Amino acid sequence: MATKLKETTAHAEQREAVTVRFAGDSGDGMQLTGGQFTQSTALAGSDLATFPDFPAEIRAPQGTTFGVSAFQINFGSEAIETAGDAPDILVAMNPAALKTNLAALKPGGLIIADTGEFGARNLKKAGYEESPLETDELKDYQLVAFDISAQTLESVKEFGLGNKEALRSKNMWTLGLVLWMFDRDRQPIVDWLNAKFLKKPEIAAANIAALNAGHAYGETAEVQQGLGRYQVGAAETEPGLYRTVTGGESLALGLVAGASLVDLPMFFGSYPITPASPLLHTLSRLKEFGVTTFQAEDEIAAICSAIGASYAGQLGVTSSSGPGIALKGEAMGLAVMTELPLVIVNSQRGGPSTGLPTKTEQSDLYQALYGRNGDAPMPVIAARSPVDAFDCAIEACRIAVEYMTPVMLLTDGYIGNAAEPWRVPSIDDYEHRPARHYEGEPVSPYSRDEKLARVWIKPGTPGLMHRIGGIEKNYETGNIDYAPANHQKMTDTRQAKVEGVADSIPDQDFEIGGPGDDMLVVGWGSTYGPIHQAVKRARAGGANVAQLHIRHLWPFPKNLGMLLRGFDKILVPEMNTGQLKTVLRDQFLVDAQPLNKVSGQPFKIAEIEAAIAEMLG
Amino acid sequence: MNDMTPLKPNDFATDQEVRWCPGCGDYAILKGVQRTMAEMGARPENTVFISGIGCSSRFPYYMETYGFHTIHGRAPALATGVKLANPDLDVWIITGDGDGLSIGGNHMMHVLRRNLDCQILLFNNEIYGLTKGQYSPTSREGTRSPSTPYGSVDHPAEPGTFALGSGARFIARCIDTAQKQMPGILKRAHAHKGASFVELYQNCIVYNDDVFAGFTEKKQAPFTQLWLEHGQPMLFANGEKGIALDADTLSLKIVHVVDGDWEAAGVRVHDEKNRVMAGLLVAMRHNEGMPVALGVIYEDPAPSFEEDVRTQNVEAAKGKVVDLEALIKKGQTWEVNQKKLREV
Repeated sequence: MATKLKETTAHAEQREAVTVRFAGDSGDGMQLTGGQFTQSTALAGSDLATFPDFPAEIRAPQGTTFGVSAFQINFGSEAIETAGDAPDILVAMNPAALKTNLAALKPGGLIIADTGEFGARNLKKAGYEESPLETDELKDYQLVAFDISAQTLESVKEFGLGNKEALRSKNMWTLGLVLWMFDRDRQPIVDWLNAKFLKKPEIAAANIAALNAGHAYGETAEVQQGLGRYQVGAAETEPGLYRTVTGGESLALGLVAGASLVDLPMFFGSYPITPASPLLHTLSRLKEFGVTTFQAEDEIAAICSAIGASYAGQLGVTSSSGPGIALKGEAMGLAVMTELPLVIVNSQRGGPSTGLPTKTEQSDLYQALYGRNGDAPMPVIAARSPVDAFDCAIEACRIAVEYMTPVMLLTDGYIGNAAEPWRVPSIDDYEHRPARHYEGEPVSPYSRDEKLARVWIKPGTPGLMHRIGGIEKNYETGNIDYAPANHQKMTDTRQAKVEGVADSIPDQDFEIGGPGDDMLVVGWGSTYGPIHQAVKRARAGGANVAQLHIRHLWPFPKNLGMLLRGFDKILVPEMNTGQLKTVLRDQFLVDAQPLNKVSGQPFKIAEIEAAIAEMLG
Repeated sequence: MNDMTPLKPNDFATDQEVRWCPGCGDYAILKGVQRTMAEMGARPENTVFISGIGCSSRFPYYMETYGFHTIHGRAPALATGVKLANPDLDVWIITGDGDGLSIGGNHMMHVLRRNLDCQILLFNNEIYGLTKGQYSPTSREGTRSPSTPYGSVDHPAEPGTFALGSGARFIARCIDTAQKQMPGILKRAHAHKGASFVELYQNCIVYNDDVFAGFTEKKQAPFTQLWLEHGQPMLFANGEKGIALDADTLSLKIVHVVDGDWEAAGVRVHDEKNRVMAGLLVAMRHNEGMPVALGVIYEDPAPSFEEDVRTQNVEAAKGKVVDLEALIKKGQTWEVNQKKLREV
């Protein structure tokens, strides 16, 4: 192809950060477009965060508001930790996309709309009486509207595709235009298209032609009024090798690394559920790393098979989302009782019940901490970002094996789907702690080490035959024992063992600020980004506010109580109705105050900033 | 590998006091299994008994092997993980009619369809014993129990039919007290590569005493029991009666054998590989006047689940370099050589 794929920038407006939202019908390929724009942004060296926001339906009826799929990306030359409060640019592929996303757009923001989709039928489906492109409804924004559909058809004419097929390239045409706006290299996307459509070269060629046409349109068309070009610089970054990673990918890689660091083959038993399934998909392609994946008949079988694999000497892992975790509850108790290593991943989504399958929430904290019958303590860890999921997975594997205990690893729909640049670590940076299967003289299956972890004896080991199970066992012999004093002792021991995990985790640090500040904001999980930005902004505005973000939710770091007690004002922003707030009050008798949001959408920085200002008075 | 003194049945007994009710059929099954282990020369360290919940599921505590007493109905799921993690282990699943066909019916179906190499011993006593006598999914219609004081109204499941329908490739039946036949049947189940489903009629002396007396009663046994053997005519009643196929109705019928000439009477030869006949044989029990089919009813091996999983894992890994560093660096990457400073 003779097209020159990278031009130098001229007359571009400098920006520190920009937020773009692509919105269209479920079938318009907005997630793909967003994903490729993310890749191109990363390659350009900007820091970034993304927020894919799509419906639960696979293909909702075309043109409807509930079928709108959106992808938001925030990128810039400064550190980016959220997908951006409000987009600067909204690409609306149809009236429904405009309708559902307009409210989020910044005042004065730019709308790029495809007039080809603003016909009477689509307008009606979106609930418009007349076209908003022709009334003064959008007067507070900059509007660039033209017929992207027709432009796309024109650009792929030579390939002789049917109308429907040809219009599929609309997203690439649009991407080409946006790439022009940000002076981006098209070559990586051309390479990606060629690889993706290796067996359908004519489709690859049509998409590339559309991409180039969109780009050329920006360069030459006369609609450039309002269609500015922007220069977003590279972010200040540590030297090293980078890639983009979604939380789902990073979690899978972390589990593989975690199993490898404890020298165990991994067994992954799972049952499909949104938004946890990508983990099963990714791991099922990594068999050469000693990973066995098993798609079980249900959630219960998934966890039970993982417990069976751990019993047989491997590292059992299971994964689900809230409703599936509820089904696994009894088996988690079995793993607590038989003291076998197990990692349980919960990709949280909006609940209760089926709730909001594709939307994010962090409302399973109580479930993770308390959601089992009996006193069934279990370490709980939460990832704060896509990249952080890698380290958290390694940590979960370590604790499970070192303490012979199930461990709950919390992530959520937002982290799972969102992408960010990752400075790829070296595996050598992590401590290698091989698991040990006992092979010595006969011992009781409940004999323990100094950490109270019981011996792990693999079936197949001569001379060490024993029986374990869910019934209470004698502390000394491991035989069935219902005696009152023994149950007390075993319950206390299980509790003490899990509390002892605190000895192996780092002390809690402040993210920003520290003792002496007037107020503390405490968070966990995926609210890290907006909290961090809000605290930074508040401090820039002169407020003395500190931030603390908790990874180890059970047991807590040993110094956490001391740190919390140093503050009279504690704000806990959470995407639930106040679960960590309650736990902190319970554990430390501190006056933690809630800031709650359960709309299925992540916090905006401004929302937390406002709450900080209010608390400081 | 077996270079030690042969183990005796007692070597497979633990030091734990057996806690079933006096007279429970489980004692006989325990004895039969321990005898089978000794006769097969089983290695205790390679043997794992996995059970669910219920009277029968206490079984592993009494076997001097590895054992896992899990949760209600889930033994097949747990066993699947054990066997996938270590296919060299000899896995026995112990379950009951409630554990295996009610709360765990789903797992039973899938372990059979996947054909995991294991032996499933389903102790059928047609009652919930450990929860004190409620009717079970195999209880006959009209069973009076604490939860069905006016008699149960739901239709019972036939374990053999369920297993066949789920795709089981080995189905056998035995009676708790049939100590002569039990080791032979269990050895066949063990030798079968894949999921072996063995239904054991087990008498619950407390809550459902003599529920099987209709065909287990010693004096009547020759006339009520049909012990099957592959390649042998299906004869009972001391050879005076046999089982023939009624071609018009596609059902089994009893024929009289005169002077031992079973062929003339139309008696069928038992063919373990005949799946359709297996279906008729397991259902025969529910037909008035017909004997109960016992022994190995069906066997037709196929590759086992863990074998196929292992093979696929090995195939998928072929030619691939196991390099964790390379894995995490996969995809589109870029290098930052020195700390970039903001250019604005």
